[in-house]
Amino acid sequence: MTEQAVSTGPLPIVPFVKLPEDAEPYLEGYKCQACGAVYVGERNTCSKCFATDKMEAVKLAGTGRLYTYTVVYRSFPGTKVPFVSAVVDLDGGGTIKGNLINIEPDPEKINTDMPVKVVFADAGRQDKQGNSYISYFFEPAESA
Amino acid sequence: MSDVYVVGTDMIKFGRFPDRTVPKMGGEAALMALADAGLSIKDMQAFYCGNLMQSGNTIGQKILAEIGQTGIPVVNCANACATGATAFREGWTAIKAGLYDAVLCVGVEQMGRGLLGSGDVQEGIPTEGILGSNTMPTMFSELGMEHQRKYGTTFEQFAKVSVKNHHHSVANPKSMYQIETPLDVVMNAEMISYPNTKLMCSVNVDGAAAAVIMSEKKVKELGLMSRAVRVKASAMTSDPYTPHNLTLPDFNTCTRMCVEQAYEMAGVGPEDVNLVELHDCFATAEIMHYENLGLCDEGMGGQLIDSGATQHGGRVPVNVSGGLLSKGHPLGATGIAGIYEITTHLRGEAGARQVEGAKIGMTHVVGLGNACAIHILEKVS
Repeated sequence: MTEQAVSTGPLPIVPFVKLPEDAEPYLEGYKCQACGAVYVGERNTCSKCFATDKMEAVKLAGTGRLYTYTVVYRSFPGTKVPFVSAVVDLDGGGTIKGNLINIEPDPEKINTDMPVKVVFADAGRQDKQGNSYISYFFEPAESA
Repeated sequence: MSDVYVVGTDMIKFGRFPDRTVPKMGGEAALMALADAGLSIKDMQAFYCGNLMQSGNTIGQKILAEIGQTGIPVVNCANACATGATAFREGWTAIKAGLYDAVLCVGVEQMGRGLLGSGDVQEGIPTEGILGSNTMPTMFSELGMEHQRKYGTTFEQFAKVSVKNHHHSVANPKSMYQIETPLDVVMNAEMISYPNTKLMCSVNVDGAAAAVIMSEKKVKELGLMSRAVRVKASAMTSDPYTPHNLTLPDFNTCTRMCVEQAYEMAGVGPEDVNLVELHDCFATAEIMHYENLGLCDEGMGGQLIDSGATQHGGRVPVNVSGGLLSKGHPLGATGIAGIYEITTHLRGEAGARQVEGAKIGMTHVVGLGNACAIHILEKVS
């Protein structure tokens, strides 16, 4: 038996954050080859068309649009507020929730349907074993 | 299949009772509902108990230990915020099936204070505040902002829901609060998740409600028809696939499916409904459900609250009990408390908050996960 692998870098905050060694991080989804429905993260069966053997892993887009959001002023104890909780429709499919950063947490300054991009950064928290985590965030995209 | 009737119903005043237990509160409501029908636990053939937070705890059996252990079957139901309505519907189903003629349904809950849930995790790190937020107010605020995005609904229109429901609760002695909250007070209360301020979030309270339901044959046999209320429809759905649903819980689609089934079963339409108790867990939700239940056209929810049509005295009063926003929201009790409220109006026994001439009323709840349950009740003329 060879030596046990030692974790050398930060871990993904959720399983669908993929951190390839030689490429940029990305979000993984599963797409139904029968009906085209796109899901965030792994799954075996399509809950839209009920196909049981048509799911294929896909790389989700790094861009999308802000579908809806709220500015959170009160959260669970220990969570820094305010922050923007954003629901984003990724280009090409997949809806995902995360923090919208690099924007003032003010409803007057945030527009639904604005273009956003997905960025990856340290999550800012460590687990009990001292591991660091990489998370995804959204930030306003440069206007085209 | 026999029609099903509510023959006895009651609820304890909602409040904070840290010195009472779930079985004691549930037992109290059960005895009140039985007394309302002039019956005893000996007359009940089965018991459907709704409780969420202690769902592994055979609460129904513990209630019987408080009020009488007759050996009848007990079904303990947990179905998020639709828990009480689910227990009621299970009882209705059993009578419809011809299995029993008289059953007891109880919903009961003891709540903590503050935000439901916690950010604690066993493995990894808490994601609250990194991957957005998954608090209850956040979800319903994101849904409110979805409504704003689609139809231009304003913060002020959402806030008016809270003004109305608090105003209604002043006439309900069983409500947790009986206080007026003017628009500026609602809008200037602590912002929890935009656009829901603290006064636009339902109140975490302890509570219990109960209903005794019967087959037509039994109601006639016992001579209980004069105060009986007919259950015209009972419908329930889970959330069908919609593209956003797995990320942004979709309470609209499951409510629309459910109410379509309920109207069809009852043979009525929204124009026939005289009052509604709907799931105003947050002020934003009430506006969404106006449209979902067909009380107004798509996108007109904001205008409906502006028009006063859903206020007591309006075309279709909504949440005259004070709703979850002021009466309180003890999760497992809420569904049956709605049945109590509508039944009381159809009987003409609602006192100062009576909706005059009410013949048909509707209850609606949704639970996160999702579940929707709707009941349409009718006065027996």
